[in-house]
Amino acid sequence: MNSPNHHPDGGPRNGPNNGPRSGPNNGANDGTNSGATTLDKVRGGLARRYRAEKRFRAAGLASIVAGMAFVMLLFGAIISAAAGAFTQTSFTLDVRLDESAFAGHAASPQALQDALANADYRALLNRSLYSLFPEDRARRDKKALRGLVSSGAAFDLREQVAADPAVIGTAIRFRALADDEADLFYKGKIDRNLPENRRRLSDRQISRLDRLAADGRVERHFNRSLFTRGDSREPERAGLLGALTGSFFALLVAFLLSFPIGIATAVYLEEFAPRNRLTDFIEVNINNLAAVPSIIFGLLGLAVFLNFFGLPRSSSLVGGIVLALMTLPTIIIAGRAALKAVPPSIREAALAMGASPMQTVLQHTLPLAMPGVLTGAVIGMAQALGESAPLLMIGMVAFIADVPQNFTDPATALPVQVYLWANQAERAFTELAAAATLVLLLFLIAMNLGAVLLRKKFERRW
Amino acid sequence: MKPANNNRPALQDTVVPPDFETVGAAGVAQPHISARGINVYYGDKHAIKNVSLDIAKNEVIAMIGPSGCGKSTFLRCLNRMNDTIEGCRVSGAVTLDGENIYGKKMDVVELRARVGMVFQKPNPFPKSIYDNVAYGPRIHGLAAGRHELDEIVHTSLEKAGLLHEVIDRLDDPGVGLSGGQQQRLCIARAIAVNPEVILMDEPCSALDPIATARIEELIDELRRNYAISIVTHSMQQAARVSQRTAYFHLGSLIEVGETQAIFTNPGHTLTEQYITGRFG
Ligand SMILES: Nc1ncnc2c1ncn2[C@@H]1O[C@H](COP(=O)(O)OP(=O)(O)O)[C@@H](O)[C@H]1O
Ligand SMILES: [Mg+2]
Repeated sequence: MNSPNHHPDGGPRNGPNNGPRSGPNNGANDGTNSGATTLDKVRGGLARRYRAEKRFRAAGLASIVAGMAFVMLLFGAIISAAAGAFTQTSFTLDVRLDESAFAGHAASPQALQDALANADYRALLNRSLYSLFPEDRARRDKKALRGLVSSGAAFDLREQVAADPAVIGTAIRFRALADDEADLFYKGKIDRNLPENRRRLSDRQISRLDRLAADGRVERHFNRSLFTRGDSREPERAGLLGALTGSFFALLVAFLLSFPIGIATAVYLEEFAPRNRLTDFIEVNINNLAAVPSIIFGLLGLAVFLNFFGLPRSSSLVGGIVLALMTLPTIIIAGRAALKAVPPSIREAALAMGASPMQTVLQHTLPLAMPGVLTGAVIGMAQALGESAPLLMIGMVAFIADVPQNFTDPATALPVQVYLWANQAERAFTELAAAATLVLLLFLIAMNLGAVLLRKKFERRW
Repeated sequence: MKPANNNRPALQDTVVPPDFETVGAAGVAQPHISARGINVYYGDKHAIKNVSLDIAKNEVIAMIGPSGCGKSTFLRCLNRMNDTIEGCRVSGAVTLDGENIYGKKMDVVELRARVGMVFQKPNPFPKSIYDNVAYGPRIHGLAAGRHELDEIVHTSLEKAGLLHEVIDRLDDPGVGLSGGQQQRLCIARAIAVNPEVILMDEPCSALDPIATARIEELIDELRRNYAISIVTHSMQQAARVSQRTAYFHLGSLIEVGETQAIFTNPGHTLTEQYITGRFG
């Protein structure tokens, strides 16, 4: 600053440097460079500058279009693959609930419970099915017929009867869930023109399905079990509720741990900690943690929380702790950046008014940094929601049919459910995996929307 | 900074010897704030060199000098705002009504309630006008109830000459005001806790001439109740608002005296060259 010759005198000295660059585009100006005025040179370069700017904008626009196209493609592919999973097929059957099947049910309430528990619903269903196709007498024909109805239909029948035991002794109309192959057939995903040995439905079964449809006994309806049931070996009865609940519990644990710890860390490091080797070291390590592959956190969870502390395997509690560790660096880094962005003049104003450092942080800096902190937290949570690798390591990948009731119950999570279903042999599971992916994406969108709304609410200008 | 276009060495680089004695009397008869032998270091940089200066009751003292000479640094010693700067060390003694503000018994929260500060860039909180002014009384528990708080807010805005401009929009955000209004809001905020001394660090440098004139009027009125120390880069402003003037150069206090005397008959060549506009 104090030596004048640090400041070159400006314009004219820069001229020769610009010359060669403008040359190729500007033949007329090239030879007479020394004679041209500054204005001429500026004008000569203008067209080139505008062209460069146009190219720059076009490149930006093209990138956006390409990005949007990929997003559309992704969503299109997922939606078209998932669409089928949101409906399913049932057969309307007339089921005669013979008194004999519920022996002694009228004696006492206890006897009724026993009778309801012991009745052979499957036989009742089968009988009504056989009655529709009297010509199917042979064992294997009957077996083929039975195969069209979901093995879960018997449970549904039991539930229906248990809900209203007065129907015992009468005939009821019952919606029997179709087997997944029959369901796929009605959705047009099984080609009847294929040779019989290359599809899982026999010609005979297909003709029976056609007859059922012709009789108006086939009904397509919304797949409620997708949202009301846990996992199942039967695709037509498999639902996401277990995975959703598991993800919810795990995220709740992750949020409750990582948000306060993350904010406290960010505030301490940014507002209170002295700048020295130790804090530099901590900062470097936090940044490193953010880059550690997530499966490592799973290994850590396995070694520390399961093997050392003996926390319950496959539980959303451990899943949540592991996800919290993974999210912490994201929240800390975002939080520090947000705190750093708060103008120092606000801190000075508060301190000069006699606010204590804690009051300054809690009343001024942190509220002003909140939009950034929240965005970081939501990004971290969204990452955690989509994470499967660390959960695999701590056993959240088991087949779990029951919906978890608390933090320690065995659970899976949405992305793990996608992974599990995608690995199943039945084709119907492919649809389900796509549906689960879609649900996952919808949750991510909802979370990001929430973040935007929160930002809006907290946003201040200064 | 323009390079010097003659052969003389640049005046602002003139080195002041460490044992330099300030021209003029640093002390006053009835000091409100009294600074003795202040040295400030930013890491290795010696930013304030052995400065002693008093601020009297009901006076406005102006601090002038080329930028980077340490005016702000010295000002921040008086309410210990330097404590908040990492790597900043202060030595020497500052007394407020005879009490050492760097002593163990002094609480910075109390000190800053007694010594208010107004900054170069208006920095109202991103809250309502009312909450800006009410902030100090609230955190220090000065008002017994809503009614009393209302009164403090009103009188402070009144004293800052802002009340009639904002009376019907006290709940609007403070940052929505014009620059001059924001600065007066900051002054109202500072005087809401009824401090004894107000430190102003170039309070008008971000304002237009009309807003500047309003603030200068205000400073003259505030002098009746408060001691004011104002840093300014405008010598006209120093001449208009202050009774005493202190001239800083490269961390040293070169000269201090009656404003009239300094501007008409400076006692040191550096002062003379600064006020006659040789550098700045
Ligand atoms: N936070 C800081 N860290 C390091 N050096 C500083 C800091 N603040 C000011 N300085 C240095 O101290 C000297 C005095 O600064 P300052 O008091 O701001 O000057 P003025 O207000 O007179 O323009 C300058 O050389 C400046 O570079
Ligand atoms: Mg300054």
